[in-house]
Amino acid sequence: MPVFHMDNRLWGSMDITQSFFETPAPARYKGILSWLITTDHKRISLMYLFSILFWFFLAILLGGLIRLELMFPGQTFVSAQVYNSLFTLHGVIMIFLFIIPALPAIFGNFFLPIQIGTDDVFFPKLNLLSWYLYMAGGIIAILSLFSDGFPDTGWTFYVPFSISTHTNVSTAVFAAFVLGLSSMLTGLNFITTIHRMRHSLMGWMQIPLFTWSLYATAWVQLLATPVVSITLLLVMVERYVGVGLFDPAKGGDPILYQHLFWMYSHPAVYIMILPGMGVISEIIPVFARKSIFGYKAIVASSMAIAVAGSLVWAHHMYASGMSDTAVFVFSLLTFVVAIPSAIKVFSWVSTLYKGAIQMAPPLFLSLCFIYLFSVGGLTGLVLGAAGTNIHVHDTHFVVAHFHFTMFGGTGFAFFAALHYWWPKMFGRMYNFKRAYIGAALLTGGFMFHYVPMFILGLQGMPRRYFDYLPRYETGNFLAGFGAAFMIIGMFLMIMNLLFTLRKPRNASSDPWGGTTLEWQTPSPPPLHNFISEPEILKYPYDFTGVVERYSKETKE
Amino acid sequence: MEKKPDTHIFDYKTLAAVLCGLLILTAITVGVSCVDFGKLNVWIALFIASLKGSLVLLFFMHLKYESRVLVYSFLSTLFFLGIMISFMFWDVGFR
Repeated sequence: MPVFHMDNRLWGSMDITQSFFETPAPARYKGILSWLITTDHKRISLMYLFSILFWFFLAILLGGLIRLELMFPGQTFVSAQVYNSLFTLHGVIMIFLFIIPALPAIFGNFFLPIQIGTDDVFFPKLNLLSWYLYMAGGIIAILSLFSDGFPDTGWTFYVPFSISTHTNVSTAVFAAFVLGLSSMLTGLNFITTIHRMRHSLMGWMQIPLFTWSLYATAWVQLLATPVVSITLLLVMVERYVGVGLFDPAKGGDPILYQHLFWMYSHPAVYIMILPGMGVISEIIPVFARKSIFGYKAIVASSMAIAVAGSLVWAHHMYASGMSDTAVFVFSLLTFVVAIPSAIKVFSWVSTLYKGAIQMAPPLFLSLCFIYLFSVGGLTGLVLGAAGTNIHVHDTHFVVAHFHFTMFGGTGFAFFAALHYWWPKMFGRMYNFKRAYIGAALLTGGFMFHYVPMFILGLQGMPRRYFDYLPRYETGNFLAGFGAAFMIIGMFLMIMNLLFTLRKPRNASSDPWGGTTLEWQTPSPPPLHNFISEPEILKYPYDFTGVVERYSKETKE
Repeated sequence: MEKKPDTHIFDYKTLAAVLCGLLILTAITVGVSCVDFGKLNVWIALFIASLKGSLVLLFFMHLKYESRVLVYSFLSTLFFLGIMISFMFWDVGFR
């Protein structure tokens, strides 16, 4: 059984070409400027990678502090006011600065042009502007901390609290607005690139599934983000001018804010998860050595999720006081979204069935994804059904549910993508053993952290509370240990990857045996992505060649 | 790569005609605002505005000569906008 890199039996060859690391674009800049003024999609992707990792670890730290405070009843080490700011910042940073941009901005930027056989995105300068807007949004979010007190509204900025609190909500809201602009421009760039720059021989049904998922995501980014951007500006208008859009005393409607907010923020859930699903659809067939089951069904389900996911926003509002008819309709629509999601899960499992499975860290993380995301999806049905939702509304059950989908889903897909494409991005293979230990700690810690929250929620413990009744002590205490395991696991995995940067490049062009175009180019790729014209397969997941090569090499 | 539609350049005559059409529709908007049509006031104003928007999109933004994919993509965005606004309205209606 081949162990991908341990026995030096690498598939593909080590290519001696200058990679994009050695050839800046524009060529006249060197050093730090060659990064800050670059229009190369791969360099921009790496700038996103390290800036996003910074925010991610900051938000993990804040999340750890929340959990540490909750491990014991009463005040442990932060005040209630600071606790409110902690969960607000944890949410804002995780949502707007990590989970929304992580997969499209890092891996989308790097691999979308390569997977469709072109040399860059359609608007390279707009791509760089998106990164600057992302950084500006992050800096504005930081600035919001140092004047008028930390924002304490939660990441949802619900009115009437957000327009009446004296903390610095306006700056935090403006940060989210700028980040939204960055997201929209990335979406616009991706849609245009896929339409206009695909290889002339690549038809729509030959596009790899990760790129398809980015296409579906980009449409949601482009259509839904303006809604929340304008809504957040309206919150600022309310705070400064007091027009009364959301104030019943002036003829406004607070539920209108919730509609407008969730009109973006629920589709945003699909902005977060769709690229994650795309990553899993890439990894599973490669390590099962088998064509993906139901390619067209997965493509259709990506688009169906984008469409149906945009029509279910008000299932966050069952307890808000909106009409019963709306509750009924949105509950029904919510159940419809479960269908395309399930199609994907069934397709992944069917791909594995009777495949020649080769275990590797990306596959291990993908399998964890399938399990955790399924639990998240199924508990979503408990929340989607209006009757049961009322009982667990705003409890820890909701917190556990969305962490299962967002972290167990997108977070694990992020780590899977990192382990899958790391050799391609940096040309270096990492230590498998440490990756497995990190991933196992992360998964075990994850279960230990969030399963008690499901139970706490069913018992009635509200979310966002600083203190709790004695009957919730055990669950909160245990969840704290899970958090510690998770943080250690993530740290181990990231350090394992970063350590490879100190070593010489050792990854071949195709270390896993993939079929999509990024595996036809050297690791790391050259400036213009391909040395020779890439070969476009009639079907993007045809493993005939890989299996033949595998048989030949094992005989040798 | 997807087949690119041929580059289309309008002559000044067409552009001037569209501009005239837009100005006439603006004058009509101002005119009908002086007459009270009751509940139809908003709908008439929206209808004229939509006509003007369509002219801009079709001619000034060249949508008339773009590929079908682009036209359908644009129409689907309008469809979604319609759904989003109408869902909010009927929630208020049923409260």
